[in-house]
Amino acid sequence: MTLDSRIPSGPIEQKWDRCKFELKLVNPANKRKFHIIVVGTGLAGGSAAASLGELGYNVKAFCFQDSPRRAHSIAAQGGINAAKNYQNDGDSIYRLFYDTIKGGDFRAREANVYRLAQISVNIIDQCVAQGVPFAREYGGLLANRSFGGAQVSRTFYARGQTGQQLLLGCYQALERQVDAGRVLMFPRTEMLDLIVINGKARGIVTRNLITGKIESHLADAVILATGGYGNVYYLSTNAKGSNATAIWRAYKRGALMANPCFTQIHPTCIPVSGDYQSKLTLMSESLRNDGRIWVPLKKGDKRPPTEIPEEERDYYLERKYPSFGNLVPRDVASRAAKAVCDEGRGVGETGLGVYLDFSDAIRRLGRKTIEERYGNLFEMYERITGEDPYKTPMRIFPAIHYTMGGLWVDYHLMSTIPGLFVLGEANFSDHGANRLGASALMQGLADGYFIIPYTLGDYLANTKLEKVDDSHSAVKDAEREVTVRIQKLLSIKGKRSVDSFHRELGKLVWDYCGMARNAKGLQYAMGKIAELAEEFYHNVNVVGDGNELNQSLEKAGRVADFFELAQLMCRDALERNESCGGHFREEFQTPEGEALRDDENYCHVAAWEYKGEGQSPVLHKEPLRFEYVHLTQRSYK
Amino acid sequence: MKLILHIWRQKNQASPGKMVRYEVEANEHMSFLEMLDVLNENLIAKGEEPVAFDHDCREGICGSCGFMINGVAHGPLPNTTVCQLHMRHFKSGDELYLEPWRAAAFPVIKDLVVDRSAFDRIIAAGGYISVATGSAPDGNAIPVRKQDADLAMDAAQCIGCGACVAACPNASASLFMAAKITHLGLLPQGQPERKERVLKMVAAANRELFGSCTNIGECEAVCPKGIRMEFIGRMNRDYLNASFTYQEEKEMAGVG
Ligand SMILES: Cc1cc2nc3c(=O)[nH]c(=O)nc-3n(C[C@H](O)[C@H](O)[C@H](O)COP(=O)(O)OP(=O)(O)OC[C@H]3O[C@@H](n4cnc5c(N)ncnc54)[C@H](O)[C@@H]3O)c2cc1C
Ligand code: FES
Repeated sequence: MTLDSRIPSGPIEQKWDRCKFELKLVNPANKRKFHIIVVGTGLAGGSAAASLGELGYNVKAFCFQDSPRRAHSIAAQGGINAAKNYQNDGDSIYRLFYDTIKGGDFRAREANVYRLAQISVNIIDQCVAQGVPFAREYGGLLANRSFGGAQVSRTFYARGQTGQQLLLGCYQALERQVDAGRVLMFPRTEMLDLIVINGKARGIVTRNLITGKIESHLADAVILATGGYGNVYYLSTNAKGSNATAIWRAYKRGALMANPCFTQIHPTCIPVSGDYQSKLTLMSESLRNDGRIWVPLKKGDKRPPTEIPEEERDYYLERKYPSFGNLVPRDVASRAAKAVCDEGRGVGETGLGVYLDFSDAIRRLGRKTIEERYGNLFEMYERITGEDPYKTPMRIFPAIHYTMGGLWVDYHLMSTIPGLFVLGEANFSDHGANRLGASALMQGLADGYFIIPYTLGDYLANTKLEKVDDSHSAVKDAEREVTVRIQKLLSIKGKRSVDSFHRELGKLVWDYCGMARNAKGLQYAMGKIAELAEEFYHNVNVVGDGNELNQSLEKAGRVADFFELAQLMCRDALERNESCGGHFREEFQTPEGEALRDDENYCHVAAWEYKGEGQSPVLHKEPLRFEYVHLTQRSYK
Repeated sequence: MKLILHIWRQKNQASPGKMVRYEVEANEHMSFLEMLDVLNENLIAKGEEPVAFDHDCREGICGSCGFMINGVAHGPLPNTTVCQLHMRHFKSGDELYLEPWRAAAFPVIKDLVVDRSAFDRIIAAGGYISVATGSAPDGNAIPVRKQDADLAMDAAQCIGCGACVAACPNASASLFMAAKITHLGLLPQGQPERKERVLKMVAAANRELFGSCTNIGECEAVCPKGIRMEFIGRMNRDYLNASFTYQEEKEMAGVG
C-alpha cells in the first residue's frame, strides 16, 4: 500500500486555494440526492453536519449522549487560536503555522498545518456571527490571551468555557438544520461497526442505547468525528464516555491508524486523590499565563506553601526556560514536573504534585481581574479539593489529555478507505507529536466548517457509487458480527466488573506508555495487556441484558476495543526509536534531559494496517518533508 | 462514612418503579457520582444490575448528570451539579433519597435517567442565529459593548441539565428558554431574528408539555450555573413585544 497524501503542488500559501479550485463540485440540485453519515457531534462532527445540511445534503448525525450538545468538546476551557493579529503583536498565518509545526516537534505535515492556520481566521468570524459570546475589551472588540508554546497573544476565549460556547454555537446551527429536515439526529445511538462495500465506506451499524436495537444505516459517504482515545488510560481529562470504538472498528475494516503512541499529557490537572477516582480534572493551561509554577528547593519539605520563603522555592520552569518560562509547551512542562517529583520535591500528600501560585498575579492585577479571567476554574478547584486558590497555591500534576494519533487521513481528510472521512481529534492530521494549547478546537472547526464541505463534494462528484441496500451481504455480516460480540460480552458472567479491568489496563498504559517510555517497559506492557484481555474475556461480568439501557454493556464494548488499541500504542512506541513531543523514550534524550529526535530515521508518519485476528499489524511510513520550517532541535530556553 | 440510600429503580419506561434501600461506605474526598460508582461495583459483585444514571464530563459542564437528592435538584450545594458535589458535604449516617427528574416532558427511561430531548426541540424551533457557514463578516466588524457581552455570557452558561424544570412545581422550561433568548437577544447579531425566536421557542415549549412560569423561583435556586430569574423577565418582555408587533409586521410585508 502506498500512502498518497494528495498534497497539492505549488507554494504553501497557494496550496489550499489551488486545491479548492481544482476540486470537482456537486451541483446544488444534486446535493440532496446524496446521503451522508456523520458520527459524532462535537466541534468537528457538529460543524460538519450543520454545514453539510446547509449545503443541501441529506445528513444523518449520531452521538451516544442524550443530546448533541453534550459532546466532550463542551469541556474545553481555555480558548481557540486564530492568526487574526488583532493585538498587533506580530502574529500572522505564517507564525501560527510555524509555531504549530515546531510545537508538534516536526512530526506533522506542513501543508495541512498551513491550511489550518489560514482557516483559523474564518472560524472566529463564523463563531462571532453565530453569537458565541467571546470575551471583549471595553471598546467592544475581541479580547485575546496567550497560551503555551507561543509568544503572541492569539487565543480567543469565552471565560473558562470556550469549548462550551463554541459547541453551543455549532449545536444551534445543527438544530437549525434538524428543524429544516436536512439533518436527522440520532442521539443515544452508538456506532459499533463500519460497513464497507466494494472497497468503499457505505454505512454503519449502530446500537440504540435505549432499546438495544441493532440497525444499519447506509449512505454515500461516512464521516467519523468521534474524538480522541485518551480514556485508554482510564484516568484522563476526557469525559467518561469518550472512546475509541468507532475509529477502532474502522481500523479493523481497513483504515490505517497513524501515530497511535502520540498522546499528550497535560501539565495542569488536579492530582489524583484516591483509588476510587473516576476521572481527572483539567485546570486550563491559560492559568499558566498568570500562575507561577514552583516546588520547594529542598527535598521532602512538608511546610505549607505559604510558609516557604521566596528564596527556598524553585520556579523551575522560569529557571530552565527563561524565554518561555511558565508558557513552555505541554510536553516540556509535564516532563519537568515529573522530573522534580522524581527528585522527591513533589508536593501534596502523595508527593505527585507541584504548585501553581497566583499570589504574585493577585498582588499585581488585583483579585477582581484574576476572578474575571479564571473565576470558574478557581471555583471548580475549590469544589473538588476544598482548598481556596486565592489564598493557597493550587496543586497540579500532569494527566493524559489529548491524543494526537488517530486514523490516517490525506489532505482531503479521507482515510485509506475511500468514502470514509475522519475529522477532529479522531484523525491524526495536524498536531504532530505534540499539540499546542487552543489548537484542537481550531482544528475541529476547521475540519468541519471549512474543509469537509469542499473535499466531500469532490469525492462524491468523482466516484461511481453503486446502489446498495440492507440486504447486501456486507451489511448482514457486519450486523451479525456486532450481535455476536454483544452476546459474547453478555454471556461471560464472570467475577470482575468492567471498570476494574479498565482501571487495571489504564494503569499499565500510564506506567509504561505514558509520560516516559522505554523498550523494556513497552514489551512488558504488551505482554501484560494481552494477559489482561484474555482474563477479560473469561472473567468479566456484564450484568443485565442487551435489550435495554445497559451502561455496563456499553462500557464493556469500549474497554474491549481499548485493550487492542493499547497494544498497538505500545507497538508504535516501541517501533519509534526516538523521542519527540509527547513521545518520550528514555533511551533517547539529550544530556539535559530534553527529547532527542532522530530525523534521519523517524521523520515520518507511522501508519498501521490491520491484518486480521492474531496477525501482526503492518507498518507503513509516510515520509515528512520540511521545506519551510527547517528541522531544528526545539528550544524554549 | 456510611450512607443509607433510597434510590428510584425502574427497569424501563413501561415498567413501574419503586424506591430501593442500599447502604454504602464512602469517603469524604469522593464525588457524589464516585460514591454511586462504589455502590454499583458492589451491586455488580452481587450480580445485581447497577443503578443507571446519566453522566459524562463529571466537570459540571456537559449537563448530562442530574437527579433529586432529598427533593432538591443536584443536591444541597448551591451552584453545583451533582457530579461536582463532594461527599465532604455529607456525614456518616445520612439518609439520602435519590429520584429522577419528574416532569411530563421528561419521561423516565430507566432508574435515574430521563429523556430530555424536548430541550433539543425547543432549540431547533428557534434558539439560534441563522448564519450559513462561510457567510460571516470579520469578527471585529461589529463591536459589542463589554457589558452586553458579559451579560450574554452569564446567560449562555446554561448547561441544559433540566434541573430548573425538575424543581419547578409547574415543570416550566422558562429559565432554560430565557437563558438562550437573553444570550442571543443581547448581541447585535441576534437582533434580526429576535421576535421570531421567542415566539417559536415558547410555542415549542407549549407543545412539549412544559408548564408556564408563575414566578416561584425554585428554578433559580437549583440552577447549577446561577442563571438568574431576571432573564425570564427579559424573555417575557420580548414575547409581549413580539406578539404585538410580529403579526403586524408580517402582514405589512405581505407574507402574512
Ligand atoms: C478538559 C479539556 C479541556 C480542553 N480544553 C481545550 C482548549 O481550551 N482548547 C483546545 O483547543 N482544545 C481543548 N481540549 C481538546 C478539545 O476539547 C478536543 O480535542 C476536541 O473538543 C475534540 O472535538 P471532536 O469534535 O473531535 O470530538 P468530541 O467533542 O470528543 O466529540 C466526539 C463525538 O463523537 C460521538 N461518538 C464517539 N464515539 C461514538 C460512537 N461509537 N458512536 C456514536 N457517537 C460516538 C460522541 O457522542 C461525541 O458527539 C480540551 C480537552 C479536554 C479534555
Ligand atoms: S457529568 Fe457533565 S455536568 Fe455532570
